[in-house]
Order: sequence, then structure tokens, then C-alpha cells
Amino acid sequence: MSQYQEKATVSRVEQLSAKNYRLTLDSPDISGAAKAGQFVMIRTGLAKDPLLRRPFSIHQTSANGQFQIYFKVVGRGTDMLARVKAGEIMSVFGPLGRGFRIKKNSPAIIIGGGLGIAPMLFLAKSICRLKTDCSNDHIILGGRERSEVEPLVNDFRQFGLRLGLATDDGSYGHQGYVTDLLKSLDLHPGYTVYACGPEPMMARVYSICKSGSMQCQVSVESVMACGMGACLGCSRMTKKGTYTHVCLNGPVFNAEELIWNS
Amino acid sequence: MEFVDNREDIFPDLRVNIGSLEIANPVMTASGTFGYAREFENLMNLHRLGAVIVKGISLHPRPGNPPPRIVETACGMLNAIGLQNVGVDRFISEKMDYLAGLNIPVIVNILGDSLAEYREIAERLVGVPGIAGIEVNISCPNVKKGGVAFGTDPSMAAVVTKAVKEGADVPVMVKLSPNVSDITLVARAVEDGGADSISLINTLIGMAIDLKTRRPVLANVIGGLSGPAIKPVALRMVYQVASSVSIPVIGVGGIETTEDALEFLLAGASAIQIGTANFINPRVSEEIVEGISKYVVDENLPSIRSIIGGLSINDG
Ligand SMILES: Cc1cc2nc3c(=O)[nH]c(=O)nc-3n(C[C@H](O)[C@H](O)[C@H](O)COP(=O)(O)OP(=O)(O)OC[C@H]3O[C@@H](n4cnc5c(N)ncnc54)[C@H](O)[C@@H]3O)c2cc1C
Ligand SMILES: Cc1cc2nc3c(=O)[nH]c(=O)nc-3n(C[C@H](O)[C@H](O)[C@H](O)COP(=O)(O)O)c2cc1C
Ligand code: FES
Repeated sequence: MSQYQEKATVSRVEQLSAKNYRLTLDSPDISGAAKAGQFVMIRTGLAKDPLLRRPFSIHQTSANGQFQIYFKVVGRGTDMLARVKAGEIMSVFGPLGRGFRIKKNSPAIIIGGGLGIAPMLFLAKSICRLKTDCSNDHIILGGRERSEVEPLVNDFRQFGLRLGLATDDGSYGHQGYVTDLLKSLDLHPGYTVYACGPEPMMARVYSICKSGSMQCQVSVESVMACGMGACLGCSRMTKKGTYTHVCLNGPVFNAEELIWNS
Repeated sequence: MEFVDNREDIFPDLRVNIGSLEIANPVMTASGTFGYAREFENLMNLHRLGAVIVKGISLHPRPGNPPPRIVETACGMLNAIGLQNVGVDRFISEKMDYLAGLNIPVIVNILGDSLAEYREIAERLVGVPGIAGIEVNISCPNVKKGGVAFGTDPSMAAVVTKAVKEGADVPVMVKLSPNVSDITLVARAVEDGGADSISLINTLIGMAIDLKTRRPVLANVIGGLSGPAIKPVALRMVYQVASSVSIPVIGVGGIETTEDALEFLLAGASAIQIGTANFINPRVSEEIVEGISKYVVDENLPSIRSIIGGLSINDG
């Protein structure tokens, strides 16, 4: 398990919609070691406030030592991150956590909702690289409205997965939930479903997987201070009745290990 | 002819004494912020630490509090981890081998909800190889006394100290709670109780509210404040305690830089602990050792010990 605290140079800042941004960072150690579903902790500024690093999924890596994060401005830290300029140096710590366990011989259904789309580009790429042909694998992307989904679609198209799109307001793709599209597939127990998105979405995905006897992996969030097992702040209750730690044992879990409020 | 540089700039003297325990430098990691050290092995050189203090251990395993357990606040954070730990027996069987192999002093932080529990943990640690000392967290509620924290009542603090001293075969450091009106009373009580040294401060009790939901942010409602926000309070308390006891004092609270650490030494601390800063920069404790080393060289000090308690007040 190699983790690095790297001084990464920002090489590109893209604003993809009103509040959503994508940062490209030169970070050869982290991008070289990263696996799909892992995350990084980023210092959004060098002052004492905001104090803690912020966790972000690795959106994708490239062979030339870069990785990207895709994020939404929701508070002070992400607001500062949206204002960084190409050439600035950021302190980045990672790759952290356990990522997706790709089942090579099982057809995949990847589901990303809202900001949960972030880790799925890396996952789609990894799955398609591992399998020679991923034309029987699916990816379903959803969001509240067009601007949460459309800017990323082209990046996903290149892999040749079967693509499904949904928005709550119908402004792009199917009007409704990603789970409507999931249910409309010819589901069978051989599938492995990989999901990341809002908790209610993941709970519904898991319940569909459970009734269809499909394996389901989910990437969950938690507040975090350290991201590496030192503070025990990121606890989440498991079915066994004990706490697990999202930064160490997750963020990707087999959905059946966790408790879901539906 | 070659010039010989006589300054000992390769190995400046950073040794400090915590009672009978001599450590290589004054930098320790604070309990609960450094796991069981192994988490950091690939991120820093653990051998550079003066000592490592591990996550608080109780007699029986504790599951900890429900989430959310942490929340960031201005220049700090609140935590209500709930003293989650594997219990003393699993600590000894699962964690101590690795820690003993590090060949740096390991100080075991202990906690309990009764006197008997404190004493029993100390007894179970007797003879375990690799343990250089015990740090007693007295900020825990005393179940038999209606949940009042041991550390808020000088007489209870003295009795816990005595109980651990009776059980232990290594030096005992007592960690004070800052949630009292006169910290020197508790400090003198634990000194009388036989403590070999005193560390302070533990977290300050605080609270955060989510206006949107009108609920406390932490599931536990209240939590402990740590980080740079508490440094001035910690520094003041270290100064007061160091002036009122004769045993060594270890300063904790908001230390993030070499300068912070040196201020605590001036205020009277013989050593310091680094807590929350480990979360932001996992290498920070090693960097502070390097920083202190450089300071001793740059200032031409005979040793780091020469600045301990060196604060000048009102004497121009
Ligand atoms: C493993 C992991 C991966 C993540 N990946 C991404 C990603 O790829 N893209 C992305 O945009 N976001 C991601 N997040 C969430 C991201 O970390 C938070 O949005 C960010 O920390 C908010 O920081 P802030 O200072 O802007 O907000 P703050 O001012 O700290 O908070 C603003 C609001 O955001 C909420 N919030 C704060 N921290 C978190 C958190 N950790 N998770 C959920 N909500 C939070 C607060 O409750 C509050 O309502 C991830 C979180 C985790 C744990
Ligand atoms: C997440 C967290 C867990 C902690 N757990 C313990 C503990 O188990 N025992 C203890 O004595 N102190 C514990 N502390 C207190 C720290 O050791 C330290 O006294 C305090 O955080 C102040 O130092 P800082 O500002 O450098 O963090 C904990 C602090 C934090 C932030
Ligand atoms: S965030 Fe600190 S242990 Fe997971």
C-alpha cells in the first residue's frame, strides 16, 4: 500500500457547469499508484482555516503522471479549489482507501448519480482495459438536470460501453431515476453492479441488486479528518453491528455489508 | 589544510528528560491522532520521534460513538470518537510487537470508568516488552460518581494517579483536562498522587450546531475541540502548571510548527505532543524534530534543554 504526500502542480482547471469543476494535477506518484474508486485528500489552502484536507475521488489518471478530480462547489473548501489557477501547487495526499474490486468475468453495470459520476470514469476505463471488449457492459449516468450529466458524457462514450442517461427533470435523457434504467435492463445474477451517488440512490440500487441476486459494490462518503485510519472519525455501522471506517475499509464496500435506510 | 567545523550541526543535543525517562528529542505524537503508529510507517521516519503515544486503551474493547463523530470548526475540529479501541488484551497481542520493534519509547495512553479499571489496565501492562511509560487520560467520566470526569475533581484525579502508580511498573504521565476553573489545583493533586510527569491539555469541550436542521452536528451533541484554535489556552495552562509543580510537564494543544513547539518549551514544557496536525500533514512531527534541530544549531544553543522554561517576564 503506497501512499504519497505530493506537491502537485495544477495543470488545468475546467468549469463544466455553474458549480462543477474539473482539476487536472501533475502528480506522478499518486496517479501511478491509484486504483479506480480510491480517493485523495487535498489541502484547499495553506492557512489554518479551513484546517482539514478535503476528500475527493480520483476521476481518472493518465499515463503521463496526471490525475483529475471532478467536484462541486458546496462550501468554503470547494470554493477555494474552484479558484485555483493552472501552475499553482497543491498538497495532495493519496491514493487512499480501497477501490472497486473489478470482476473480470462478470458483465458490469456502472451507475453514477450526480457527483457520484466522479469515480466512475476511472472505473469504466479500468474495466474496459481489463476486458478486451466491454460492449456488453453498461454505464448509467444520472443527475438532477442536464448540466450535471451532459458535460461528462463524451468522456464515457470513448470506451464503447452501453450508455444510459437520466435526469430528474427530463432535461437530458430519460426523465426519472437511474434505477428506472437499471430495472429496464435484462438483469440476471451474473451482473456486478458498481454504484456511487446520493445515499437514497445507492439504497435503491442495492435493493434491486438484492432481489435480482446481483453483486453490488458502492462507494460511500463520510466526514473525514485524516483519510488514513488515524482519527477513527469516519465510522459507519455495518450489518454485523460493528463500526467500519470509510477511509480504510472503504470508500467502496460490498453493499450487503452496510445498513441501508430505505 | 582542511577546516574542521566544530559546531555539532550534525547531531545537536535534543535530548530531554521526562523524570527517569530520557528521550532523544522533545517531540511526541498525541494519543488518538496517530493510531498505533504503523499507519504512518510509509509516510515518515518513525525512528525520528522522541516518543509515540498510542490511541487510548481501556480494559474492554469499546465500539465508539455513532457518526458523525467529527466536524471542522474555525481553525480547529471537534471530535466525539467515544474512545473506540480494541481493549488492553488485544492491544498487547496485536499491536505491541510492532511498536516494540520500532525501538522508540512507546507510551500507552489508558482510560477507564472506575478506579479499579484504571489500576487493572496498568497491571496488565506490567512486564510487556517495549512500553516506556503510561499516560493516564483522566478526562473520562467516573461512572460511580455520577459521570463526573475524574480530571475535574482534584481529589479524584489524585486517587486515579495513585491507583495507576500502584499497578504500573513504568513511569506514569497524567494527562490533564482543561475543562476546569483552576488547572493548577488538579496539577498539584496529581503530583501529590505520585505522577512522574504531567501532560496537558486534552481537548476543550465544545459544540457545533447545524442551523438548517436545527440539530447538533455531532451525534454525541458535544465533543472535544483541538487544533490551532486551542493553542493559546494550552500555552497558558502549560505556563501555569509548569510554574506550580516540580515534575516535568509535556505541552499539547494546537502545535503545528516548530515555532509553536518552541513556545511551549519556553513556557516550561520539557517536551511536546502533536495531535490534530498529524491529520493535515502526516510528516509534521518529523519536520518539527528537524526544525528544532536546526533551531538549536542556528541559535548556537548548548542543547534544547537550555530553553525549557526560559520565558522572560517583566524583567526587561
Ligand atoms: C471518499 C470521498 C470522496 C469524495 N469524492 C468527491 C468527489 O469526487 N467530488 C465532490 O465534489 N465531492 C466529493 N466528496 C465530498 C467532498 O469531500 C465534500 O464536498 C467537501 O469536503 C466539502 O468541502 P467544503 O469545504 O466545500 O464544504 P464544507 O464547508 O466543509 O461543507 C459544506 C457542505 O458540504 C457537506 N460536506 C462536507 N464534507 C462532506 C463530505 N466529506 N461528504 C459529504 N458532504 C460533505 C457539509 O455537511 C455541508 O453541508 C467526497 C467525499 C468523500 C468522503
Ligand atoms: C480524533 C482525536 C482523538 C483523540 N483521542 C484521544 C485519546 O484516545 N486519549 C487522549 O488522552 N487524548 C485524545 N485526544 C486528544 C489529543 O491527544 C490532544 O490532547 C488534543 O487533541 C489537543 O492537541 P492538538 O490540538 O494538537 O490536537 C484525541 C484528539 C483527537 C483530535
Ligand atoms: S478519516 Fe480518519 S480514520 Fe478515517
